Amino acid sequence: MSREANVLFDIPGPRARKRNRLLSVLVSVVLLAILAALCWRLQAKGQFEKQLWTPFTEWTVWRHLLLPGLLNTLKAAAVATVLALIFGAVFGLARLSDHWWIRLPAGAVVEFFRGIPLLILIFLAFFVPNKISPAIAESPFGQLQRMSVDYFFFIFGVESNAGVVTVPAFAAVVFGLVMYNGAVLAEIVRAGVLAVPKGQSEAAYSVGLRKNGVMRLVLLPQAVTAMMPAIVSQIVVLLKDTALGFIIAYGEFLQAGFKQVPANYHNNVLQAGIVVAIIYIAMNMSLSRLATWLEGRSRRSRRTSAKTLGSSGPPPAPGMTRQATGEPGAA
Amino acid sequence: MFDFTPFFENSGEILRGFWATLRLAGAAAVLSLIIGTVMVSFRVAPVPVMRKFGTGYVNIVRNTPLTLVLLMCSLGLNDILALKFSSVSSTTYYWWAVVGLSAYTGAFVCETLRSGINTIPLGQAEAARSIGLTFTQSLRMIILPQAFRSIIAPMGSVLIAMIKNTTVAAAASYGEVALVTKTIVDKPTFSDGVIPLFLGVAIGFLILTLPTGYFFGWLAKRMAVAR
Repeated sequence: MSREANVLFDIPGPRARKRNRLLSVLVSVVLLAILAALCWRLQAKGQFEKQLWTPFTEWTVWRHLLLPGLLNTLKAAAVATVLALIFGAVFGLARLSDHWWIRLPAGAVVEFFRGIPLLILIFLAFFVPNKISPAIAESPFGQLQRMSVDYFFFIFGVESNAGVVTVPAFAAVVFGLVMYNGAVLAEIVRAGVLAVPKGQSEAAYSVGLRKNGVMRLVLLPQAVTAMMPAIVSQIVVLLKDTALGFIIAYGEFLQAGFKQVPANYHNNVLQAGIVVAIIYIAMNMSLSRLATWLEGRSRRSRRTSAKTLGSSGPPPAPGMTRQATGEPGAA
Repeated sequence: MFDFTPFFENSGEILRGFWATLRLAGAAAVLSLIIGTVMVSFRVAPVPVMRKFGTGYVNIVRNTPLTLVLLMCSLGLNDILALKFSSVSSTTYYWWAVVGLSAYTGAFVCETLRSGINTIPLGQAEAARSIGLTFTQSLRMIILPQAFRSIIAPMGSVLIAMIKNTTVAAAASYGEVALVTKTIVDKPTFSDGVIPLFLGVAIGFLILTLPTGYFFGWLAKRMAVAR
């Protein structure tokens, strides 16, 4: 990059090179000064004490606090990914339906869950069932509620005691992640199918395939290749968003590393935050790498005629036509 | 169950919560735009040190959960390092929430701006230079106007995501609407009307996000660069 011209600046000549060197020195000095000020402050507050850092070198801390937390994070992320992909596929295809009575409700559901914050969805699943279930248990739907908890929602640890349904933090986090990310994935699926050139479906219809066959045999296989990078980057967002479980005290990685460790080891919040952040960054960056790699592969691929959806972000908000470049995840 | 009276009894608190959300979102929108602009000027600068710093900042902040960013600001920087904006605790927590949210959103603003600059064909800059425009002139008259127009819709997405992200500040002791909702639900006297409460909060957020989305979509279409 430094040796070629780009939109913003030319190949530097001798004077520009001199100026750049001067700027380099200047910027380095300023950055080092900020770093030094921070270190001085840390030192003044006694944050370099050895006992604050050593917990992270002990195996017992990792075994009893950090690794179980990491496992819980990955568990929530894995379950939510699978369910969100199903949700996204169903609602994404439903939005493409020819029947308005399928298309419109599906669109409303997707826009609703995309428009409200993930944390509110998690709160909804965590607080509401507990409050309204006694009333439902006495209504004609009581039997239905009991059966759905006993035969289905128990998988996620939901319990029903004398009509009061309790949702564990894990299930609440998974619910929020599935609804929000499922809605975003639905948009990705829709964009992926729409990205396949029209000639493909026209050709498929003209050789006599029905709607189902056109979708299943021609459009979807090409769309999946095109939307793979976008899906993987949404999974990065989902993984990052599991950290919201912290707020409802789900024992995930942030809860373990940032609350349990400081509570047991001299309130070393800053140190714990740094270690936890490094691990999150490592996880997310490796997943992002995968997305970039898939994007390159998909762009080169001849198995699809669709334009690859970028890995840089989910589809735009309602009313927007262009591809968005990066929507921050909630957490 | 669909009795709205408890909702209206608490509507004052909920509205105060939304007002707190709006104050946070407004301040963070301005500050994140500033941070994002500074960072993107670092990322595309001809000086390698600046580029490294910009890239490092974006990669670190973007891959850290916002919950952690905000908690580090409130518990780490404010409480432990005692870097306080004010001696009043609600004020200092507000400003740290603004800083944390802006630092996080700024990374996304930076990436959006960069992709806007990347959409401009090299020929535009070459043509500008060949007719004798200086660097500043070509930036001001050729490159930035096109870059800004091409990022309106993505910036709208970033703004909407940021508005939704204000709820995470509940973790950092800032009393916005998610925290208010939780407080109301936790009241022992509040047994009925939990569905109207959540409906109200959800509709409140849809009122904030959907029109923003349509507005930016309309603006983006209107301002699109034909190419």
